[in-house]
Amino acid sequence: MAVSFKDALQSGDFIVTAEVGPPKGTDIAEMKAHISLLKDKVHGINMTDNQSSVMRLSSLVGCHIIKEMGGVPILQMTGRDRNRMALQSDLLSASVLGIDTVLCLTGDHIGLGDHKEAKPVHDLESLQILKAIRTLESGMDIGGNPLKGAPKFCAGAVVTPEADPIEPQLMKFEKKVRAGAEFFQTQAVYDLEVFKRFMDYAGRFDVKILAGIVLLTSARMATYMNQHVAGISVPDSLIAEMAGAPKGGALQKGIEIAGRMIRQIKEEGIAHGVHIMAIGKETAVPDILQAANL
Amino acid sequence: MIVAERKPFDEIKTMLAGCRKVFILGCDTCVSVCMAGGKKEVGLLASQLRMSFKKDGKDIQIDEDTVERQCNREYMELVLNKLQDYELVVSMACGAGVQLLADLSEPLQILPGVNTRFIGMTPKDGTWEERCRACGDCVLGETGGICPVTVCAKGILNGPCGGTDHGKCEVDPEKDCAWTLIYRRLEKMGKLDNIRKDFPPRNHRVQSHPAKQVHEVYKGE
Repeated sequence: MAVSFKDALQSGDFIVTAEVGPPKGTDIAEMKAHISLLKDKVHGINMTDNQSSVMRLSSLVGCHIIKEMGGVPILQMTGRDRNRMALQSDLLSASVLGIDTVLCLTGDHIGLGDHKEAKPVHDLESLQILKAIRTLESGMDIGGNPLKGAPKFCAGAVVTPEADPIEPQLMKFEKKVRAGAEFFQTQAVYDLEVFKRFMDYAGRFDVKILAGIVLLTSARMATYMNQHVAGISVPDSLIAEMAGAPKGGALQKGIEIAGRMIRQIKEEGIAHGVHIMAIGKETAVPDILQAANL
Repeated sequence: MIVAERKPFDEIKTMLAGCRKVFILGCDTCVSVCMAGGKKEVGLLASQLRMSFKKDGKDIQIDEDTVERQCNREYMELVLNKLQDYELVVSMACGAGVQLLADLSEPLQILPGVNTRFIGMTPKDGTWEERCRACGDCVLGETGGICPVTVCAKGILNGPCGGTDHGKCEVDPEKDCAWTLIYRRLEKMGKLDNIRKDFPPRNHRVQSHPAKQVHEVYKGE
């Protein structure tokens, strides 16, 4: 599937992306195994950027490795750890390395991670990173200085369809659309009726929406996410379904649920694709795709 | 006002180890209001130190006074003479006060008695909340009088991040999400258009450090 992500988005195909996290350390064997497993099965692989504010190998290098291995990388970029100079510099570097798809994020707060005493940067937030990308493409940096050679990117952003309250979230979504976001990968959705209502609204805009699918691995994990993860709401019926899985069969049940949801999203045309986050269980992604008949 | 909190007693006592003659100088402005370094707190600290050193069998003279405002030269000149005979002075003022005192009394050793924390207001007695980062480029007129730079943990300008949940912040579920507050207030004011526009990245040049400001009338002096 080594078609550029932009081409894949424009093809009209049902888009599937997955996520790989770089290692904490220099041993990239597992990361490469995950890339190898996914690269021919999905349209793009997101490489997370110090995910959950935990210091790791850079997403830029991770994307370079995806590219070297023949996959399609999606560079996640947050404004938490780098100021506008470092972000633009990395965007130019990414472009030179042939990494042309970027997901712009504000970034989790530094206090949630493993360097709680570090200085959070937040010089640019998600919207401003998006706009910086569009400015660089015009041949200028955001300081107004001309570039010798301009990059070209396919730029995306995130949205939380089940945010409560939803209005401020939608206001920001619209700003991101106006700033030229071409695709959105959403926070995990579980209640497809709620998600459909979001899509009734979001469908009016000329952007591709990939529904976030987070693999459930146990009823406990589902309950934990309901209590602790912003914008995620796993319905009781799904928690009961997970709890009812036979002993040792919870992961299989989670795969089945994820596959079923993806199938429904595709068959009913609810969204343009899905973004699968199998946090820590990347090896289950091919099984999810199989369960989804993809 | 500037909000500070007194350093822990043991830290202050350790700083004074080996001294024989110490002066504690309070400030009766901001740090007095936030009950960290005013006249009352200076008296309390001096008494505690005297008792504690006496208990240890150590002979140390601790004297005290409080000036109206340690960050203002005019007030400080009233006490400078008094300080000359001391080995060191513990300033209970904010960091600005400590530094003016150190400048004016050089080479006297000045130690800080408080940790200076933030610019805040008093929502209720005994509680102070940070409400201003002194960013030098105020947007309160557009955000319904709620500062996103200060009240949002990430200081972002264009709406909530993905970490907000039921109006609370991802950093601490006890804390309100600044952008939910801003949205709700502007909604009541009928002024949501204020924040529908894109806010550009902040201009950090207006906040370059150390900042300095001279009033028109005094320019050229």
